[in-house]
Amino acid sequence: MPSLIVPLLFADAVLPEDPASRFIRLLTVFLLAMWVGFEVITKVPQRLHTPLTSGSNAISGITAVGAIVVAGALATGAGTLLGFLAVVLAMINVAGGFVVTHRMLEMFQPKKK
Amino acid sequence: MSSQAWINLAYLTASMLFIVAFKLMTGPRTAVKGNYLGAAGMAIAILAACFEKPVMQSVAAQGAWPLVMLGLAGVIGGVIGAVMAIKYPMTGMPQMVALLNGFGGAASTLVAGAELWNATAAAKAASAPLPAWTQFAIATALTGLIGAVTFWGSLVAFGKLEELPQFKKAWTDPNRHWINLGLAVTTLLLIWGVCANPSSNLLFWLLVIVGSALGCTLTMPIGGADMPVVICLLNSYSGLAAAAAGFVIDNSVLVIAGSLVGASGLILTAIMCQAMNRSLAGVLFGGLGTTAVANADDVYAGKVKSASAEEIAMVLEGAERVVIVPGYGLAVAQAQHAVRELANALEKRGTTVEYAIHPVAGRMPGHMNVLLAEADIPYEKLREMDDINPTFPETDVAIVIGANDVVNPAARTDPKSPIAGMPILDVDKAKTVVVVKRSLSPGFAGIPNPLFAADNTLMYFADGKKAILDLTAALSK
Repeated sequence: MPSLIVPLLFADAVLPEDPASRFIRLLTVFLLAMWVGFEVITKVPQRLHTPLTSGSNAISGITAVGAIVVAGALATGAGTLLGFLAVVLAMINVAGGFVVTHRMLEMFQPKKK
Repeated sequence: MSSQAWINLAYLTASMLFIVAFKLMTGPRTAVKGNYLGAAGMAIAILAACFEKPVMQSVAAQGAWPLVMLGLAGVIGGVIGAVMAIKYPMTGMPQMVALLNGFGGAASTLVAGAELWNATAAAKAASAPLPAWTQFAIATALTGLIGAVTFWGSLVAFGKLEELPQFKKAWTDPNRHWINLGLAVTTLLLIWGVCANPSSNLLFWLLVIVGSALGCTLTMPIGGADMPVVICLLNSYSGLAAAAAGFVIDNSVLVIAGSLVGASGLILTAIMCQAMNRSLAGVLFGGLGTTAVANADDVYAGKVKSASAEEIAMVLEGAERVVIVPGYGLAVAQAQHAVRELANALEKRGTTVEYAIHPVAGRMPGHMNVLLAEADIPYEKLREMDDINPTFPETDVAIVIGANDVVNPAARTDPKSPIAGMPILDVDKAKTVVVVKRSLSPGFAGIPNPLFAADNTLMYFADGKKAILDLTAALSK
């Protein structure tokens, strides 16, 4: 049975996606994620706004994924160099962001005496 | 399942972890776990990216070298970021966040630039120019632009918050609107150029240069109390740049994480603007109006009462409930630990001490909370504006340290005031108000504060930290 369903489920992956569908698929993802973001973040209390800013700042370092793909492809010299720099900068953003957020949140914890 | 499907599944897992991370940010105790989950999601996404087809193809052709290079870049960046984050003093958090944010924006611009360079090289090899007005072309242009604005805007914000001498004075050249307009028009033309002719790397980098200039000129005029808005907005931009990069390389995790950050920054921007009763356009382009400002001499003449530490200590001795109102001046004076000691001394006498936090006090959203948390002040005692305002009439003493515009009753009473309608902390309703301040100089809004001349106000002219230490000493006598 699974041998029958799996090809059906993934059948359209074999066909190339036309550009308009691809754009609409990404736009769907973009708008839904924005919506989720609005819903979730309006519930964050004022006192946590600084850690929220720095935590979301760390997540914006997700561009590291794009940097890795373009740098790792080794397609052209200049492209690889730019990609390498992008990986370094994005990783500064990621590591710095999460560590700073952790330091701040630690301060909000009740101190053990 | 194909290897691409596994990679996409990893991206989906990362995206879910990011959403849960934001969700857990709603409470101080769960937020630590949220931060871990966010970091875990990031690690999963980054590992998955190393298995993407372009990387695997170059590994197949050239051995492990591409992975070594990626590892090297990751370690260099990770170590720099972690060391910065650990070494930087807690009080410098606003500028640290601004700087990190800028690096994220710059990375997105470089990703778009590198993708475009590779794509044009491939197109040249196949002697088929890149088609115009595709998703790739439009997204590349937008990523390059937003990333550049984020990077340079964040650097200027960093300079301002670090109080570097070059940024001491806000840029108020009357021609700046024309300069911005010129840059904006050039930007639009260049976006059109890149979209219509994506095979030109030159046009893309020109767009990045003009975007960089725009990032500087838009941020330079903004100063002081408006900085929280700028920080939020730049935070939002860095997310949108990452989301746009997701459209460049057709990657959903970039789009999801980027738009979550974009939404977060936009909401915080709106909250900050609301807390100042100003429009976003007003913050970005306006500067505060200077019309119809009451004369400082008329407001203050003969009505300001100055008091010594001993006199104030006597008032505090009889107080049952004290509310401390911190502002940016507290951060400048580094008085958070001194405040904690004063509160300890008061609590030892049986006085209730609470803190009233205005949403825009300080230089970034929630700045005062972090500052006071650093001095081990329990967060339960930090009360938000709407929560604490009704309690001021039952408050014996309100101590205002380094705050000015956010406690100016003119916002409530004078409809012609530039800050009219801005929600304020109603400290003037407390039985006695003690204002610790160096002088009668106005706050960011540049207007006199009738609170200082009120009958129930005692002014204590001194540096914030020294004043609080002296008060604590006088109280312990």
